[in-house]
Amino acid sequence: MNLFADAFAWILNPGNWEGRNSIPQFIGEHLWYTALAMILASAIAIPLGWYIGHTGRGRDIAVATTGAARALPSFGLLFLFVMIGGVANRDSSVVIVLALLAIPPILAGAYAGFEAIDRRVIDAARSMGMTERQIVARIEIPLGLPLLWGGLRNAVLQVVATVVLVGFVRNATLGYPIVQGIQINRFDQMLGASILIIVLALLLDAIFALLERYATPAGVRVGRTRDHRTSSTRRRAAGGATPASTEKEKSV
Amino acid sequence: MFTARNKGRFALVAAAAGVSLALAGCATGDPLDETPDPTTEPAEPGTSESITVGSQAYYSNEIIAEIYAQALENVGFEVNRQFNIGQRDAYIPALESGEVDLFPEYTGNLLQYYVPDTEATQSDEVYAELQGALPDGLQVLDQSSATDQDSYNVTAEFAAENNLVTIADLAGVEGLILGGNPELEERPYGPTGLADVYGVEVSFDATGDATVDALLQGVVNVANVFSADPRIGENDLVTLEDPEGLFLASNVVPLASADLPQEAIDVINAVSAALTPEGLVAMNVQSTTDEQSPAVIATQWLTENGLI
Amino acid sequence: MTWLLDNVELIGRLTGEHLRLSAIPIVLGFVLSIPLGWVAYRYRLTRGLILTLVGLLYTIPSLALFVLLPAIIGTPFLSEANVVIALTIYAVAIMSRSVADALGSVDPDVKQAATAIGYSSFRRFWAVDFPLAGPVVLAGLRVVAVSTVSLLTIGAAIGIDTLGYLFTNGYQRGIIVSVLTGVVVTVVIALVLDRVLVVIGRALMPWTRASSRSERSGVTRAFTTARKMPEAVS
Repeated sequence: MNLFADAFAWILNPGNWEGRNSIPQFIGEHLWYTALAMILASAIAIPLGWYIGHTGRGRDIAVATTGAARALPSFGLLFLFVMIGGVANRDSSVVIVLALLAIPPILAGAYAGFEAIDRRVIDAARSMGMTERQIVARIEIPLGLPLLWGGLRNAVLQVVATVVLVGFVRNATLGYPIVQGIQINRFDQMLGASILIIVLALLLDAIFALLERYATPAGVRVGRTRDHRTSSTRRRAAGGATPASTEKEKSV
Repeated sequence: MFTARNKGRFALVAAAAGVSLALAGCATGDPLDETPDPTTEPAEPGTSESITVGSQAYYSNEIIAEIYAQALENVGFEVNRQFNIGQRDAYIPALESGEVDLFPEYTGNLLQYYVPDTEATQSDEVYAELQGALPDGLQVLDQSSATDQDSYNVTAEFAAENNLVTIADLAGVEGLILGGNPELEERPYGPTGLADVYGVEVSFDATGDATVDALLQGVVNVANVFSADPRIGENDLVTLEDPEGLFLASNVVPLASADLPQEAIDVINAVSAALTPEGLVAMNVQSTTDEQSPAVIATQWLTENGLI
Repeated sequence: MTWLLDNVELIGRLTGEHLRLSAIPIVLGFVLSIPLGWVAYRYRLTRGLILTLVGLLYTIPSLALFVLLPAIIGTPFLSEANVVIALTIYAVAIMSRSVADALGSVDPDVKQAATAIGYSSFRRFWAVDFPLAGPVVLAGLRVVAVSTVSLLTIGAAIGIDTLGYLFTNGYQRGIIVSVLTGVVVTVVIALVLDRVLVVIGRALMPWTRASSRSERSGVTRAFTTARKMPEAVS
């Protein structure tokens, strides 16, 4: 447990909280990359996912792409894009790679959210005379929010984990103390940074879990006390995979 | 209908699949090995013992290690390659324990590993002090004239604009950004050394393996490039002179276990004698520009130098 | 292109290493998650605890876990064991949830019928529950397989050379083809492994073959039906 003592000593060392290469700087950079990537990915994946969920078009491609994207090694993609884009553009390359990795879970969350809605509700809305746009805006989007938040949650964890690899191309983010620590044989900063990364990931996970629970209309929340996957047992028992968004993604 | 008979078949197939996968996993290599899986070469008839050669996670170092390996095989040794071990903290213990027998190293960097505050800077001084600093169980063989040491470089334009010949000339320049590996920040010849010895203030950008590109694209204006890097010559980079001896001389030197057979020592010393700075750079060019593999490069060099 | 032609043997060797080191976490993860998932399913009280714990492990980024494990269980940092154990932990984290959910999704009527026929609890688990839970378990196993193959590449950062070596070495030498090849081969292996698992799944669970087709199109059919008949009231 000496190792943990050293790690906490490193975290609590006031010298590491000011000036260049400070812990707050690393945390800030980490969150900055995460935020940029999430915004970019959401801007692309949410509308696209809603479209797929509402019209049913392109679903097979989306499912296949989500599955294949899980196979992409983020480490390799990062180097590849930085090499292609050039060192001068490494920040843009990094954000693009992060967004690429975040799109599949968000996409899945968006369309699965729409698909999980009882068809009878949509039919009822149509029979009431609601236009397609009204159906999407007033019914499908709110009802689809829980699964969408779930997808966003998966995505943010993915991104936070990949941002750690930025330490290989810049002295920024919480990944840098780990990468540097490997080279200069300082386990205290490696472990300290790892602990901070884990705490950050857990915090973000908790925040998004809360959003998943509370940033949805009250009526939707009430109906979700039972896990919807177990409700249709015949469908389950007969076979077929669970919706992509409810499977956790892990590529970093 | 899932009957008891089908259940048996299901369980059997699952068990067989599981066991075969597990066996496939266990069959080759002990997962508790600290070093990567070795590729063994077939032994020639009448061979003596087996020697394990390691290398750093540095392509140039891997080429030298491959040269050692092929030279030893040529005289009948069985060679075990364990390349890309990565950090001194992994391979030094392996060398001391006998897991690895031979490793290409660099005198200056290795000396600083054992004696961080060493004052030696010239090639012979460094070599002499290194011999004394090594623990029992390790030895260094003859050093080569080939060097691959840290050096500060700038582009030709930057040097012309600011009249830069030595590192000291950087002192007046504004907005200096130093590029290099993450470890450079903590090295005595890094930003702190620049400030203490030459009075040069720099900010640091850990560009890592993309350092040369960063220098060429203007992301940094001073870069730590290894002296055997072919891109220095290819891009007309100016290596700043180091009159105060911030950098230690760092020659290629074989680091070996103390009980390496004499025959092996002779072979490796012959290799070290034949290895020149130009030769090393030329091989690095073959690796990066011509994209050739270490084995091909090594064989070619050994043949040209009459060692095979 | 020189690089690619010169290094076919290297790629093959690294692929072999990659498969070797991927196999252990996948198999171990599967095996270890069955009892864990069963406990989570069977004992409602433990379900929350187990799944939360397992979910926490899952949020840890791999490089951080590689650093954390030596500090907790004392594996050497730069070792294969470190990487394999970390990947196994992820595998168990994913699969336990799958197994728990899968077992929970089995129709209780079927279980009651089996008990009525005369199956004991233990035999019923292996003869009825687990096979019926198979498709969901398989889905989880596929995710594990693909994730493991992808994550293993990060081992190159600590010297465990599988296909990840093509990334670090290629980046160092400025050879884009090397990095690209590494990415492509990793993805191909992951997808092939995924297909193999699907085929094995269909072989072991023949009853899923027909239904999987109809289930997928069922959802799309509902969409198109709803769109074509705006006046229909269900």
